[in-house]
Amino acid sequence: MTLTTIHPATPTRSGFSAGEYITCLTGIVWREGLRFLHQRERFVSALVRPLVWLFIFAAGFRQVLGISIIPPYETYILYEVYIAPGLMAMIQLFNGMQSSLSMVYDREMGNMRTLLVSPLPRGYLLFCKLLAGTAVSVLQVYAFLAIAWFWDITPPPMGYLTVLPALILSGLMLGALGMLISSGIKQLENFAGVMNFVIFPMFFASSALYPLWRVEEGSPWLAYLCEANPFTHAVELIRFALYGKLNWVSLAVVGGCTAVFMIGAILAYDPSRGFVRRGPGGEA
Amino acid sequence: MTLNAPALDSTTSAPQPTSNQVPALSVAGVNHSYGARKALNDVSFAVRPASFTALLGLNGAGKSTLFSLITRLFAVQTGHIGIFGHDIGRTPGEALRLLGVVFQPRTLDLDLSLTQNLLYHAALHGIARREARARSAELLARIGLADRAGNKVRDLSGGQMRRLEIARALLHRPRLLLLDEATVGLDVKARADIVGHVRQLVTEQGIGVLWATHLFDEIAATDDLVVLHQGRVLARGPVPQVIAEAGAADVNAAFARLTTQASPSSVNPVSVNPARSADA
Repeated sequence: MTLTTIHPATPTRSGFSAGEYITCLTGIVWREGLRFLHQRERFVSALVRPLVWLFIFAAGFRQVLGISIIPPYETYILYEVYIAPGLMAMIQLFNGMQSSLSMVYDREMGNMRTLLVSPLPRGYLLFCKLLAGTAVSVLQVYAFLAIAWFWDITPPPMGYLTVLPALILSGLMLGALGMLISSGIKQLENFAGVMNFVIFPMFFASSALYPLWRVEEGSPWLAYLCEANPFTHAVELIRFALYGKLNWVSLAVVGGCTAVFMIGAILAYDPSRGFVRRGPGGEA
Repeated sequence: MTLNAPALDSTTSAPQPTSNQVPALSVAGVNHSYGARKALNDVSFAVRPASFTALLGLNGAGKSTLFSLITRLFAVQTGHIGIFGHDIGRTPGEALRLLGVVFQPRTLDLDLSLTQNLLYHAALHGIARREARARSAELLARIGLADRAGNKVRDLSGGQMRRLEIARALLHRPRLLLLDEATVGLDVKARADIVGHVRQLVTEQGIGVLWATHLFDEIAATDDLVVLHQGRVLARGPVPQVIAEAGAADVNAAFARLTTQASPSSVNPVSVNPARSADA
């Protein structure tokens, strides 16, 4: 066996065509969709959570938390109508975190290896994975909207279309955040604790359940905190888009956060975490 | 890919390697540490095209770490790894195009069908759907699972899953195939089938193979051998040469002698029943 370190490389095509990039993206999205279809309980639980909030919580608090006329609404609205965008964002928040959970699980079970040994750039592969998770979350949101329609959550027909870009952007932001968090997790068991420190604070310290002017009445500093929360802007972006309007501040915040989280997640992603079994005797 | 491996149904002889041929895999001066623990220490060897190279080592020898480095899962800390001359660190895309991998843990999606698993892999390599379908059907026929193409993977036996993983690794027509303890957990017949199938790929398609194992009976006299122990390469070369240099009668004895010299307290692998060896 000869041992050679310097050899002229065997010629092979360098770089990838646009078609290869697209094929890869569609393949990852397709696989994520298939996995989602096979996990019906995941679909049901993703819907049950916001519907419980809509049917029970909102009904109970309707009288307590009256909503004045605030943009983008042009008239008084029911509390259910107010929290619907928040619940749509909540679906995406949970889905984003769940996708990250799946990445930790995949990493531990070895499925991520299949993805990561693809010759396409690793950053692109992770982006595709993120986009696939977002696509699933968008499907969940539309399923929620379909059920909510029977509950008098009836945005303008065009709103179902105009909300789509907002859902994609917010889904990407929340997925990237989840990926960034999962990058720092070594084992699946550690994720549950992180979820409690991310999902609930983000959701409750936002405009999902109550308008910020109401929060400000009770605690100005909490209102500042809510305004600094990217989730608040995801909710507002969705809320405005659902009524065919654009909230520029929210768009800027969500767009900026998406870029920062995504770059951070790609740079921080270390597949060696979770691959190496620890302890004596573990195969290294 | 402009330089595909020969067609899967090719029956032509494998190209004979020459001394000036670019190695299918070259590993030179590779070190890797997990914190303070050194997993690989100045590892160097090469795999010739159209050859079967066995990477022999006990559990914990560093085989999986080495595989993770070759496949770019881990970044190379020091040293150089090249696949047909393409540096895995500098030009990973070109290197990984030429590489097929079967990992030690199962990496199939159990809830997807056989075909769906193959199509997913094809997509990850940018292979268009129509071409991917044709290649999948061809490979499934080749491994005798064509009639189960639409079944879920979880319905397969362990041996069938391994065959499917090998088929998947070949889907993008690589020229180097890595298999990390691919027969772990399989019965004797399934193991023999898998090893035979991979050897056939070498002779019929000219694929270079790096076969990591801790089972002596998977190594043939015509193979190249790399003995890895506690992160170090103790011997490399054709099997008869390694045996002769170790002054032993067979691979088992050569391995025992080499590892005892390297670390007298290490477990004598001859006492390990290969068929019952458990993977760590």
